[in-house]
Amino acid sequence: MAHASDSLVAHHFEDIDQQNESAVLGMWLFLAQEILFFGGLFAAYFVYRVKYPDAWAAASSELDIYLGGFNTVVLLVSSFTMAVSVNAAQTGKQQRLMMGMLVTLALGLTFVVVKFFEYKAKWDHGMIPGSGFVYHSTTGDYFAGVNPDQIQLFFCLYFVMTGMHALHMIIGAGLLLWLLALGYNGHFGPHRFMKVELFGFYWHFVDIVWVFLFPMLYLIDRSWMLQG
Amino acid sequence: MHTIAEAQRSAVFPEVNYLSARHTVASWLFTVDHKRIAMLYLVTISIMFALGGSFAALIRLELLTPAGDLLDSDTYNKVFTLHGVIMIFFFLIPSVPATIGNFLIPLMIGCKDLAFPRINLLSYYLYLLGATFAIIVLVRGGVDTGWTFYTPYSSTYAQTEVFYATMAAFAAGFSSILTGLNFIVTIHKMRAPGMSWFRMPLFVWAHYATSLIQILGTPVVAITLVLLATERIWGVGIFNPNIGGDPVLFQHLFWFYSHPAVYVMILPGMGVISEVITCFSRKRIFGYTFVAFSSLAIAVIGFLVWGHHMYVSGQSVFAGIVFSFITFLVAVPSAIKVFNWTATLYKGEITFEAPMIYAFGFMGLFLVGGLTGILLGSMGADVHFHDTYFVVAHFHYVMVGGMVMAFMCGLHFWWPKMTGRMYNETLGQISGILVFVGFNLTFMPQFLVGYLGMPRRYHVYSEEWQMLNVMSTLGATILGLGYILPAIYFPWSLFKGAPAGDNPWDAKGLEWETTSPPPTFNFDEENMPVVTEEAYAYVIERNTLGAR
Amino acid sequence: MFENYLMPESASTIAPRVDALIWVLTGMSAFFFFAVVAALAFLAIKYRKGSDANRDLAHPDNDALEITWTVLPTILAVVMFVVSTAIFLQYRQIPEGASEIYVTGKQWMWKLQHPSGKREINSLHVPVGVPIKLTMTSEDVLHSFFVPAFRVKQDVLPGRYTTLWFEATKPGTYHLFCTEYCGTDHSRMIGSVTVLEQADYQRWLESDDSVMASNLTPGEALYAKHGCVTCHDGGDAARGPMLAGKYGTEETLNSGETIIIDDEYIRESIYNPQAKLVAGYAPLMPVFKNLINEEELFLLIEHIKSMEDTEASN
Repeated sequence: MAHASDSLVAHHFEDIDQQNESAVLGMWLFLAQEILFFGGLFAAYFVYRVKYPDAWAAASSELDIYLGGFNTVVLLVSSFTMAVSVNAAQTGKQQRLMMGMLVTLALGLTFVVVKFFEYKAKWDHGMIPGSGFVYHSTTGDYFAGVNPDQIQLFFCLYFVMTGMHALHMIIGAGLLLWLLALGYNGHFGPHRFMKVELFGFYWHFVDIVWVFLFPMLYLIDRSWMLQG
Repeated sequence: MHTIAEAQRSAVFPEVNYLSARHTVASWLFTVDHKRIAMLYLVTISIMFALGGSFAALIRLELLTPAGDLLDSDTYNKVFTLHGVIMIFFFLIPSVPATIGNFLIPLMIGCKDLAFPRINLLSYYLYLLGATFAIIVLVRGGVDTGWTFYTPYSSTYAQTEVFYATMAAFAAGFSSILTGLNFIVTIHKMRAPGMSWFRMPLFVWAHYATSLIQILGTPVVAITLVLLATERIWGVGIFNPNIGGDPVLFQHLFWFYSHPAVYVMILPGMGVISEVITCFSRKRIFGYTFVAFSSLAIAVIGFLVWGHHMYVSGQSVFAGIVFSFITFLVAVPSAIKVFNWTATLYKGEITFEAPMIYAFGFMGLFLVGGLTGILLGSMGADVHFHDTYFVVAHFHYVMVGGMVMAFMCGLHFWWPKMTGRMYNETLGQISGILVFVGFNLTFMPQFLVGYLGMPRRYHVYSEEWQMLNVMSTLGATILGLGYILPAIYFPWSLFKGAPAGDNPWDAKGLEWETTSPPPTFNFDEENMPVVTEEAYAYVIERNTLGAR
Repeated sequence: MFENYLMPESASTIAPRVDALIWVLTGMSAFFFFAVVAALAFLAIKYRKGSDANRDLAHPDNDALEITWTVLPTILAVVMFVVSTAIFLQYRQIPEGASEIYVTGKQWMWKLQHPSGKREINSLHVPVGVPIKLTMTSEDVLHSFFVPAFRVKQDVLPGRYTTLWFEATKPGTYHLFCTEYCGTDHSRMIGSVTVLEQADYQRWLESDDSVMASNLTPGEALYAKHGCVTCHDGGDAARGPMLAGKYGTEETLNSGETIIIDDEYIRESIYNPQAKLVAGYAPLMPVFKNLINEEELFLLIEHIKSMEDTEASN
C-alpha cells in the first residue's frame, strides 16, 4: 500500500496509473454515449433528407453560411488552443495553461453569441417552427414549389441539433470556468493534469460534432450561389 | 466441508463493517461507498416496486368484469401507463445492476470500490430525480400514453403529463448510463491480481454485457424523448404527420433502445442464476466460456432486432424480414444458457435453499417467456398476436418470471452478505413457491386470452374472455402474497436474524472471503485478495456422500 | 380440427395457414419446455444432496455437446424463420381484382366506405368468397385494424395509406378491434365485421338508397364541387394533366423521375400539389389540405380510378 498515502491517488485505486487509465477509459465511454445521443438526431436527419431532398436543400440555403462558416473557424481554432492547454498542463507550464484555457473560453463564448444572433435572425423572419411559421424564399425561383411544411420540419431538426450542440458548448464553458478557478488556485501541476486532459477530450468532441453539423445543415445545396 | 448450520453456530457479527462505520443520516445520503449506495437503491426501488405493484393490482381488479365499472377509461389508461413506466424505468432496469450488481461487482473482482464512487452517487440521485418526476406526474394527474409514448398520440393528442413523464425516463436513463459506465471501467481496470477475464464470475460477465447496452442504447432513447418533449412544448416537431413528419420514425428510435433494454432487464438476472445454480449444485458451471460469450452475443445481436416490434406498423416487408431473421438468431444464445444451467446440475450435489427455489422458478418461467418469444418473432404468427394479451403474457414471463425471480433469487442469496443476517429459510422457500405458482396462475390465462385475440390496453372487453381474466386476477392475489412475505421477513431479519458468518452457503467467490457485512473498503486492506483458481472451483467430497 | 380451442373462430382463407403455423410453433415450444423441465427435474432429484448417484468424472465442459446445442437450435430457428416469413408474404400479396374498401380511423371509431359510396361506422359488411382489400388511414393518431377471426391486423397511420386484404370464408359476425392504443376510449373503438352470402351482400348494398339518391356518386359530386374538372378534363385549356384513365399508369415528373399513379400519389397531389409535378405543368394547383378530409379523399380517389379515358376508347 505504498501509494495509498499519496494524496493524488484516491484510496480505492492502487496507484496513479490505474487511476488515470480508469479516468481516460471512463471519458471514452462517456463520449461513446454522446455519439449515440447525437446519433439519434443524425438518424432522423438522414431519414428526412432522403425523403425530402428538395425541401432540405431549400431550407439549408436559408441558413447564414457566413456566420456558420465563421463559427466553424472559431471552433477549430478553439480546439487548437485547447490542445495547447492540455500540452501545457502535461508539461507543467502553468501560465500557458491558463492563457490557453482563457482563449478557449473566449472562443467558445464567441461561438455561442454568434449562434444567438443566428437564432434571432430566424426569429425575426418568422422561421421558428410552430403555428406562426412562415417561409419566405430568399433564394428566388430556384426552390419554387417546395412544400413549406417540409421546410418547417427541417427547422425543427435544425433547432434541436444546433440547440443540443450549443447546450454542450455552454456546459463546456462552465467547466472551463471551473478549471480556470482551479488553475488560479494552483491546483494543477506536472503530475496533476487529468482534469484538463479529460476536458480536452470533451471539447474536441463537441467541436467534431459541429464539424459534422455545419456541412449537413448549411451546405446541402449551395451550388446556386456559384451560378448567380 | 462444513454444513450451513455449523457455519452459523460459530458466526459472530463483525464489529467493523460498512453498516456500522457511521450512523448519521448524512453518512448515508452523501456516501460514496458502493455498498451503501446499493442499499439506498434497494430501499428506493422497493418502494417503486410496491407503487408499480399497486397499479398492477388496480388493473387486475378492473379486469375482473368485462364492463369498465371500477375505473373510468382515462383512469385505467393512466394506471396501466404508470404501471409500465414505473416498473420498467424505475424497477426492472436498475433492479439487479444498481442494487446487487453495485454491491457485488467490486467484491467479486476484489477491489475496494467502483472506479468512480462519486459518479455512482450521482447516478443514484439522477434516479431519485427521475423518480421525483414520476411522482410529480402522479400528483399532477397522471399520464396516459402507455409506457411506449407512441407519437402522434403522445406528442399532440394526449392531454396528460407527458412532459414530466419523458423527463422521468430521461433522468432515469442517465442514471442507468452512469452505472453502466462505472461497471465497465471497474471491470476493465480494477480486477485483483490473478483475476483474469476468464476467472471472473459469470455475474460480472453478464453485467459487462448489460453495461454495453446501457451505454450505447440509452442515449438514443434519451434524445428521442427530448425530441418528443420539444414537440409537445413547441406544438410541432419531427414526428408530426401534419408537416410531413413520420410517427413510425419515433417507433424506430424508441425500440432501438427499448428492445436492447429488455436485455438490460434480463442479462443481470441470468448472471445471478449462474452464481446460484453452481453454489447449490456444488459444481463448476457447465460450459463457462459459452455462458460468458452468450451474454455478449445477446448484447450485440440484441441491438439489431428492434424492428420485430413493428411488423404491422407500416415498416417495409423487407425490413421486417431482416429483423425477423435476426430475432430468430438471438434466441440461440439464450437457449445455450438454459442448456448449460441444466447440464450444471448433472453429477452435482443439489440442495434446495430459498435462492435455489427461486432459481428453478426462474428457469421454468424464463423458458416459457423465451419460447413464446419465438411465436412473436415469427412474422406469420405475430400478425395475429401483435398487441394482444399474448404479448402481455410473454413479456411478463420474461420480465417478472425472469428478472423479478432472479432479483429475488439474488437478494436471498446475498442478503446474508449485504446485511450480515440470515432471513427465515422456511419462509423464503414458501415465498419462492408462492411466487412461482401465483405467477403462472396470473399469466398463463393471459396467454390463452391472447390466442383468442383480446387486445392489450383494453379495460372494456368481450364477455367471452371474462373467465380467463378472473383466473388471472385470482392468480395475481397469490402472487401478491408471495411478494409481501419477503417484505416482512427481510426487514425482520435485520433485527432478529442470526449472524450469517462470512460464508453461510459455503460458496466460492471473493465476496465470500470477507466478513458479512464487509468492511467499508471490502477486504482486509493489508491483505487484499489474490486470485489463484478458476471461478466456481467447487469440490464434492465424495466420502461424505451416501452416508446421509 | 382444433377449432374453438386455443384459437378464435377461423373465417378467412389465410386463417387455417396461420393457425397451422401457430400450432406448430406452440407445439415445438411446448416440446422444448417439457424436455428442459423434465431434464431439470430428473437431475435435481437424482443428484439431490445425499443421494447415492454416481458423481465420478463430472467434466464441466464438453465442446461437442456445446456445439450440438448451438447448431441444432440455429438450424431449427432458420427453418422456422423461412416458414413464418412465407406465410407473412401471403399477407402482403393482395390478389388481383380484390374489391376495395376504404377505412378511416379516428378517435374512437372506424369509418368504412364501399366502392359504391355506401358508408358504415364501426361495422363492415363484406361478401363471402371475394378478396377484399382495405386501404386505410387515420385522421388523428395511430390505430390498428384487427379482425381476430380473419387473423389480420395492420396499423393505421395518419398521413399515409396502409393496406391489408382478406377473403372471408364463412358467413357470420366477427369482432373488429383497434389494437394500437389511441387514447381514452381505445377499448371502445370496436365494431363488427359481418360476412354475407354474395346474394345477401347485393341485397344489403341496395337496401339503403339514401346514398344513391343522386345520380352522381359521392366521388363525382366532390370532383364537381371542388372544380377539379376545370383543369383536369384534358381539354385544350386544361392547366393540369388529364386524369381519366391515368390510374395505375406511369408518369414522368418535372424532376425527370417516373412514378406510378397510385392512391398515395393522388393523396399527395391533392394535399400538397407542388411536391411532385407532372412534367410540363406549372405549380398552379391550390392546396386542398384543409378543404378535403381523409374520407372525402377516398371518395375522390375512387372516382378518379373509375374515370375512363373517353378519348382513347372512342
